[in-house]
Amino acid sequence: MAVKFPIFMDAQSTTPADPRVVEAMLPYFTQKYGHPASRNHPFGWEAEAAVDTARGQLATLIGARDPKEIVLTSGGTESINLALKGVADMYREKGNHVVTTVIEQRAGLDVTKRLERQGIEVTYVPVQPDGLIDVEQIAKALTDKTILVSVMFANNEIGTIQDIGAIGKLCKSKGVLFHTDATQAVGKIPVNVETMGIDLLSCTAHLMYGPKGVGALYVRRKGPRVRISPIIDGGGHERGMRSGTLPVPLIVGFGKAAEICREVMPEESARLAKLRDRLQDMILSKVDEAFLNGNPERRLPQNLNISFAYVEGESMLMGLNKECALSSGSACTSSTLEPSYVIAALGASAELAHSSIRFSLHRFNTEEEVEWVGRRTIEVINRLREMSPLYELAKEGVDLKSIQWKAE
Amino acid sequence: MAYSEKVVDHYNNPRNVGSFPKDTPGVGTGLVGAPECGDVMKLQIKVNVETGLIEDAKFKTFGCGSAIASSSLATEWLKGKSVDEAAKIKNTDIVNELKLPPVKIHCSVLAEDAIKAALADYKTKHSAEPAETT
Repeated sequence: MAVKFPIFMDAQSTTPADPRVVEAMLPYFTQKYGHPASRNHPFGWEAEAAVDTARGQLATLIGARDPKEIVLTSGGTESINLALKGVADMYREKGNHVVTTVIEQRAGLDVTKRLERQGIEVTYVPVQPDGLIDVEQIAKALTDKTILVSVMFANNEIGTIQDIGAIGKLCKSKGVLFHTDATQAVGKIPVNVETMGIDLLSCTAHLMYGPKGVGALYVRRKGPRVRISPIIDGGGHERGMRSGTLPVPLIVGFGKAAEICREVMPEESARLAKLRDRLQDMILSKVDEAFLNGNPERRLPQNLNISFAYVEGESMLMGLNKECALSSGSACTSSTLEPSYVIAALGASAELAHSSIRFSLHRFNTEEEVEWVGRRTIEVINRLREMSPLYELAKEGVDLKSIQWKAE
Repeated sequence: MAYSEKVVDHYNNPRNVGSFPKDTPGVGTGLVGAPECGDVMKLQIKVNVETGLIEDAKFKTFGCGSAIASSSLATEWLKGKSVDEAAKIKNTDIVNELKLPPVKIHCSVLAEDAIKAALADYKTKHSAEPAETT
């Protein structure tokens, strides 16, 4: 099969919508366009039924007992904001301490930074060199003032999957609420809020082949009943937790996306892991001093993150981006030109943080695309290394750390 | 961020990539930047000791496309200039030529630093040579 360019291999920034999702959404724009809160006519009833169906599809995907536990939002960022700010405000009497990690996505870190300015104490647990959180470190961070632990399910850059079940168990035993940012995990790998002891969970449609602009926050109703203060006031929609007219077409698409993900997950994750492993083997067998970032086993099936010593990430992307969409560091941070704080948190040198590339595969990638990207990546790395003074010095046997660098 | 056509051209067809042996007579080497900052440039000039003109220049750069383009352009401009003329190349000239956006101005600054460092290295070696021969 001929490869069509450009190839999209940046599926942890967003995913293409599945055509079946779009098809499910379409009638809700022009025919079934009622307001789900209109209680007195069939347009409203129809819209409400569609939203309820989607809520059910989402609840099933994450193992929630009750569809009422799904609060619909505008996306992952809003869900995370609502979870963290909502708990911090509601449980202010109980305590003022939150435990999170250094590798949360920016939505998480920016919210906790704001909470700190508002008098909340936040502990940022470090990660081990393979990207995994030591659950013992979370246990040590807990105090009698701790009201919430927030740990991402799977990392957006390195794909590392945390031991969420163990963290959930710990939180339960200490009577502390547990939120997980599962934006990268839901729809890709098994997630179960009941067996994993999750009290709040953030997810988003556009990372699971659904539309952009809709997400959800799971809020546990039983054992314990979690209460959160809203951050948006209005008509009291979503049981007062999130006001605003529900975007019915987007929600229908979100539900359909969840249903498809659940059906295809075993087959799809195996297929993507195989393609990913092929790409990884191709590159690592041909390029010396290329280092896999994150735990090689506990990793999202579609994720591959490699640091290539002596070449800078943006220049690598420049050599690839005409034909292939990849990402260096997080897409959220690449506009700042700062090196990846996630790679840096693994304890890698700052130079390797500047040299990381993320390949992330999706449902519609083919073997031919993987082969093409692998070959092209190797060519670009070799070309840039020929141009790299660091590579030259290293080949001459000079220890780069022994040089007194004159930084600007 | 979209790159200017000139940056893309220098990235795809970098001029004068390579190295001169450091101890060749007339060669001045500048190595600036730092790996942890994501930018390192090595820029070398080869001065004709008779005429005092830069007859060749080479570079190697670890950095983004704009850093590669800035150093590639610098080597083009250096060729044929006298050492004194070369010292007059300003980072703003590079910014204008390559149409670098504000976030990439540091690349041009680094290229100017690399030129200055190469010239300084050449001058140090050149002024030291007669002393060695006596």
